[in-house]
Amino acid sequence: MKVKAKFKNNITSVRVLAKHPMETGRRVNKETGEKIPAKYIQELTCEYDGKVVFVAQFGTAVSQNPYLAFSFEGGKKGDKLNLRWNDNTGDVDKTEAKIK
Amino acid sequence: MAISRRKFLNLLTIGSAACLTLLTPISAFAAWASDAFNATKPEDAYNNLFGSTDLSDSDEVKLKVPKIAENGGAVPVSVKTNMKNVESISIFVKDNPQPLTATFQIPAGTIPDISTRIRLAQTSTVTAVIKADGKLYSKSQEVKVTIGGCGG
Repeated sequence: MKVKAKFKNNITSVRVLAKHPMETGRRVNKETGEKIPAKYIQELTCEYDGKVVFVAQFGTAVSQNPYLAFSFEGGKKGDKLNLRWNDNTGDVDKTEAKIK
Repeated sequence: MAISRRKFLNLLTIGSAACLTLLTPISAFAAWASDAFNATKPEDAYNNLFGSTDLSDSDEVKLKVPKIAENGGAVPVSVKTNMKNVESISIFVKDNPQPLTATFQIPAGTIPDISTRIRLAQTSTVTAVIKADGKLYSKSQEVKVTIGGCGG
């Protein structure tokens, strides 16, 4: 997961690019004719200073390698954000990002 | 078969992640809204997510989405508002197999202004719903798709 967090005018803007196939479970493998099982991020959260500042819940219709931009009041240059996603198969990814 | 170091570490991470999830007290935020996401009609999705289908169309909900999308696989969407006490922002695509695409919780202090990229299976109306002060406000726009985004 790539995260860019910028602090300006007392607002921290965060941009996230999560690497994930976001399989809907409706696609069919053309060679075998079998359905490709669903695999998609269900929830992505961002914590700052022990507080949840953002929660995104996704269905299957979010694009491959989901992109997300959001912002919150406060933050400080050099402080850390903790981001985490989990998908429907139980995979989890966590990233720490520094606010610049 | 002996377990490799890498695999062991992987298992460890998964295990500890699971433990952490279990140990974290159930937060103020609801678990993944499976009923709403699995609904196949927008009305059912609204009902499951909000407990209501009572949406009022509002120009305060600023939905930015292209009128024509060449690739339905990645359609940029932005939703923002100047409303106060926003609790959540949700995006619905009427003609997708599952209309609810994403829902975002906006805790106090977080700015109700989000962007993401979504899939459209075909030309459809995209609706943004903002929950503020316990009421639902929406804005819709049609997006024409030349290539569908859900494969098949």
